[in-house]
Amino acid sequence: MDDLDRRIIMATQEGLPLTLRPYDDVAKTVDADPADVIERMKRMLDQGIIRRVGVVPNHYALGYRGNGMTVWDVPDDRIQELGRKVGALDYVSHCYHRPRHLPHWPYNLFCMVHGKDRQSVEEQTARIAAILGNTARDHRILFSTRILKKSGLRLVA
Amino acid sequence: MMDDLEKRMIDGFQRDLPLVERPYAEIAKKLGVEEDDVIEALKVLKENGTLSRVGAVFKPNTVGESTLAAMAVDQDRLEEVAAIVSNFDEVNHNYEREHRLNLWFVIASAEKGGVDSVLEQIQKMTGIKVLNLPMLEDYHLDLGFDLRWT
Repeated sequence: MDDLDRRIIMATQEGLPLTLRPYDDVAKTVDADPADVIERMKRMLDQGIIRRVGVVPNHYALGYRGNGMTVWDVPDDRIQELGRKVGALDYVSHCYHRPRHLPHWPYNLFCMVHGKDRQSVEEQTARIAAILGNTARDHRILFSTRILKKSGLRLVA
Repeated sequence: MMDDLEKRMIDGFQRDLPLVERPYAEIAKKLGVEEDDVIEALKVLKENGTLSRVGAVFKPNTVGESTLAAMAVDQDRLEEVAAIVSNFDEVNHNYEREHRLNLWFVIASAEKGGVDSVLEQIQKMTGIKVLNLPMLEDYHLDLGFDLRWT
């Protein structure tokens, strides 16, 4: 990845312009040729740096009011296999390995579960628990009670 | 309520916006409408908050760095502490959650050391320990979100 790739990421992370030729506008911002911007974005898509290009819905606005951060304590030597299983479920939007902070925070697998309401999040969490079986020593659902700030992931230079 | 065109765009184009000069014309062609209608509808959905954005979803930490952070804040200080945290431009999500650790936020910075600096400043300004939970590995294949219209 070079400097132009980085500039393209910075210029598009909050979305593409809704204009007839959005990549022309991006090209102007990053001072490059539009065809080059498109080629580089295709390459980043192939490399997995870009996961997808499309409309990015806001779950909450679409009625998915239940938002549970589920956290699990699973053995470190099995977390990759288990994480991939859970990460593939369609109601899980993020699934990450994060460090424990013992003794108070034993959880190392974080999976964001979205549902229409609290009950559906609880049901989906029970399904994850069934998949993990007794490999999960403990888990919790941390429901969000208030959104205090949400500006979309963006980098600040 | 969303109209049919809006629903079809959200259903069909979470991962298939073609990387071409006029991507919205491609959506229009597939849905049998005009390019201007697509652009107008996307503007409406963005303005009313249904869409976060239209564009690329990047793999985390490709450029810059980010982390998830948590704090245990007494209820009577929550407003004050939440305001301090949200005030940082580097903080882009900040949620109150049901746990002793009740304040959860994401910090992202394009600059090396930017995340650590914000963590330190928040600790210093609030006097409360901040738990740093950076991503070690990502297991989610982001294929978009399968919506079930009701």
